[in-house]
Amino acid sequence: MDPTPDQLVEMYRRMVRIRSFEEAATKLLLGGEVPGGLHTSIGQEAEIVGACMALRTDDYMVGNHRSHGHPIGKGAEVGRLFAELLGKVTGVNAGKGGSMHLSDFSVGSLGETSIVGSGIPVAAGAALGSKMQGTDRVTLCFFGDGASNEGTFHEGLNLAAIWKLPAIYLCENNGYGELTAASEVVAVKDIAARAAGYDIPGITVDGQDVLAVFEAVTAAVQRARRGEGPSLVEAKTYRYDNHAIGIPIEHYRPQEEIDRWRERDPIKLFEPLLQDRGILDEQGLERIRHEVQAEIEAGLEFARSSAYPDPEDAFEHLFASPLGQPRPPARLADLPGPPG
Amino acid sequence: MRKINYLQALNEAMHEEMERDERVFLLGEDVAWNMLGSSGGLVERFGKERVRNTPIAEAGFVGAAAGAAMVGMRPVVDMLMAPFLYCAMDQVVSIIAKSTYLYGGQAKLPLVIRAAMFYSAGYAAQHSDRPYPMFMTVPGLKIISPSSPFDAKGLLKSAIRDDDPVMCFEDGTLWTGTAEVPEEEYLIPLGRAEVKREGSDVTVVAVAGAVQHALVAADQLAEDGVSAEVVDPRTLAPLDRETILASVAKTGRAVVVDPAHETCSAASEIAAIIAEEGFWNLQAPVRRVTTPQTHIPFSPPLEQPLYPNPSRIVDAARGLMT
Repeated sequence: MDPTPDQLVEMYRRMVRIRSFEEAATKLLLGGEVPGGLHTSIGQEAEIVGACMALRTDDYMVGNHRSHGHPIGKGAEVGRLFAELLGKVTGVNAGKGGSMHLSDFSVGSLGETSIVGSGIPVAAGAALGSKMQGTDRVTLCFFGDGASNEGTFHEGLNLAAIWKLPAIYLCENNGYGELTAASEVVAVKDIAARAAGYDIPGITVDGQDVLAVFEAVTAAVQRARRGEGPSLVEAKTYRYDNHAIGIPIEHYRPQEEIDRWRERDPIKLFEPLLQDRGILDEQGLERIRHEVQAEIEAGLEFARSSAYPDPEDAFEHLFASPLGQPRPPARLADLPGPPG
Repeated sequence: MRKINYLQALNEAMHEEMERDERVFLLGEDVAWNMLGSSGGLVERFGKERVRNTPIAEAGFVGAAAGAAMVGMRPVVDMLMAPFLYCAMDQVVSIIAKSTYLYGGQAKLPLVIRAAMFYSAGYAAQHSDRPYPMFMTVPGLKIISPSSPFDAKGLLKSAIRDDDPVMCFEDGTLWTGTAEVPEEEYLIPLGRAEVKREGSDVTVVAVAGAVQHALVAADQLAEDGVSAEVVDPRTLAPLDRETILASVAKTGRAVVVDPAHETCSAASEIAAIIAEEGFWNLQAPVRRVTTPQTHIPFSPPLEQPLYPNPSRIVDAARGLMT
């Protein structure tokens, strides 16, 4: 199924939105405004957006520690994501999650989980739930090359396969698990080959080509909605930044490798295609970039002007139905004193 | 009133709750085969979709329960044996306990993890664990430890209806005895302790299978003129501090009995609460009766003396009366 002109424009908008968000987030971190670390998706925009655009808004999505792109790809607005990065009460996770866990449940997220591979069985369960409920919703699970070595990958794919669950496992193979090359620690050249172990389709696509990802994931979604079970789609991609911003070790990958991937930048590859098809001319592209920049600035303003949570909020959200209130640390003055 | 055993009580709870709410389903290794004796008749009544045998892949099916719960189902996971939880530790701790909090209240995980504890039965170190204290250290989990058929049914039914993850530790030493359980429906609220026997001289707070030992010990102490009050927390997280502290305020003495290993046991936490908040009511030190810090050995003469029993509880209580 070919994307409509409106979908093509939206793909471009969301890819630019991720890029701009990540550039702004990096500045926030380097400016000392973000607590904790920051894992950016610059370079991976096409695989994120291509996969998310193959879904409906009511489909589910599970992601990982490199979390910023996923909600934007699925349609989230940026203001509450920025607020979360700053630890503000208006953040999408109310200041409880931060950079590794940007999850907007209103666009179908079921969490961005930062333990590598931990979301893979969760996605199988969400797909099981949808199937038992008799809906045709599907669940998309993002994970990296590193996660494909975890036991949860094998347990999750086996469950999805034996129960024919409507799940799409999207491996964002960016070539490195933290600092170690996938070629050093993954036994197969193409992670898609691991699908054979579970008797499900496995396909490797160019992760820098948003349309190639969209096409492969669309086919997997259609298969899932038909009740034929899960698929594994491997998108070969690259992150331009280090594993996390600020890690001082750079020599694990050669500069010419980074340069080579930058030449196949997913946004730069997509722009001439939009122009050739008459979808957007240079002016149209510029207008979208301008509109996204305005959103980013408004989002930053919203985040910076928002309040921090109250310290008492550390005890909120522990339970959906608390049995009595969780207790703040005991203060000596609150403990019973000697009688009389 | 009719009498049934612990496994029958759990089975009735499952039947009633699956009948009541079609979102409830059971998954785990061999559940359709009724391997443990608590899932008999379920697959015949509800079918294989809702009584779902899983691969031996604990992280996989525990994580799947989390995902199903997040989209509105109410899964009940049967772990078969409690130590198999370790294979799924990351899913329990990082996903199930933390998702509601980590995502700022956006996620809800109404699920139950049932874990049978086979100890005092010759299963050796890897199969005899009583691991609830490990999970008590993790915020975001509710934990129940029923000590009778009546409690097992009422607590499990409440756990299935609760909107948060609940772990249910089912004590294998309690499975064979029968007790009165009404045929009419009832629920036991989570988070409330019960005074199982009233007394005035010493409080015996006992957990899971140790409650029955505490009741036997209380009979023996009564023969010596010592009146023991037996308190069962029933829910280990969050603990009902008020009921425990009120009992200690009345008796002035406390023995805490727990089949788990002593270090950082449920008994340790309860003893700390009593020492910290009930100290001025105490007439003697708080005593713990637990399993000492060694692995569970296979040979019965090695294994049997390690666990709390009535005579160890009686000795501990008598020691506080002088």
